[in-house]
Amino acid sequence: MLACLVRFCPMDANKIAAVEYSPYLVIVVLMLAAVAFAFTPLLLARLWAHFFSPNKPGPDKNATYECGLESKGDAWVQFKSEYYLYAIIFLIFDVEMVFLLPFAVAFTGLSAAGVGAFVSLMVFLFLLVSGLVWAWKKGVLTWR
Amino acid sequence: MDEGLKNELQKQGIFTTTLEGVYNWGRQNSIWPLQFGLACCAIEMIATTMARYDLARFGAEVFRPSPRQADLMIVAGTVTKKMAPQVVRLYNQMAEPKYVIAMGACAISGGPFKQGYNVLKGIDRYIPVDVHIPGCPPRPEALIHAFMMLQQKISEQDLTGANRPRHLNADAPSEFPVPQFGDHDLVPPNNPAVWKAPAVVK
Repeated sequence: MLACLVRFCPMDANKIAAVEYSPYLVIVVLMLAAVAFAFTPLLLARLWAHFFSPNKPGPDKNATYECGLESKGDAWVQFKSEYYLYAIIFLIFDVEMVFLLPFAVAFTGLSAAGVGAFVSLMVFLFLLVSGLVWAWKKGVLTWR
Repeated sequence: MDEGLKNELQKQGIFTTTLEGVYNWGRQNSIWPLQFGLACCAIEMIATTMARYDLARFGAEVFRPSPRQADLMIVAGTVTKKMAPQVVRLYNQMAEPKYVIAMGACAISGGPFKQGYNVLKGIDRYIPVDVHIPGCPPRPEALIHAFMMLQQKISEQDLTGANRPRHLNADAPSEFPVPQFGDHDLVPPNNPAVWKAPAVVK
């Protein structure tokens, strides 16, 4: 029946004209099949548990798995967030290397524009180092 | 179903089975062991899973690191009294149906350390053991034999009725009491529901 709906059906060649032919019907059928494919095993498992295999929870079974030991304390431990400032300062000077290295490699080739390039790089370095000095003075690098 | 009719149908190319048979067939060919070893028997257990002995032939090569996903606990090695509560708790944390193979002389009886103050004299004092393997340590062939015995046991389990296994019986317990450290020994020294001291006949 379904095959007649979605394909040309030779034995009902006259009737087929009366049937509303929709190309999207295939998609609907496929979607239904996909949903059934996902939910049927879950339903079967639930039915199986209901009729044959009873659910048996318990304090040990529901406990947090920790290699057989009883878990102690809370898993929601707070970590100090100060380390991220170290990470950011490191990252700034790490990325700085990306600019410094090509400059240093090409430095001997810069004959006329060399002085300008050197000065601008030094300004760039000064800005970064002044940031570091500011962070240092503020006490960010002191581990508490 | 009548055996003769079943044979006749099979000759015609029609294979008949039961729900119980399919259920047990699926279970017996996908026994996933819990990945833990306690002593030297574990080395033999590892050898069993490797290419030479190839436990994968029995569908049991997937050693699970979590008891939630494991079907079988291979107690491979000496169970000290310090370790026994953890072993029992891991067994409790496994999902039903679950089975236990006690591998080696230590796991079944304490073995050469039986007289020691710190060694449990067999894990079957606390949890129900399905297959015992003697040996010190047992060779991989012995573990494979134990596997086949366990598969045979699973294939013969009933789905319904009074003889159905524990995991199909709502009244049977799934967890077993975890022993505590007492002053001199584990308390209780054994679980009376699964182990009774053998009577000494003189």
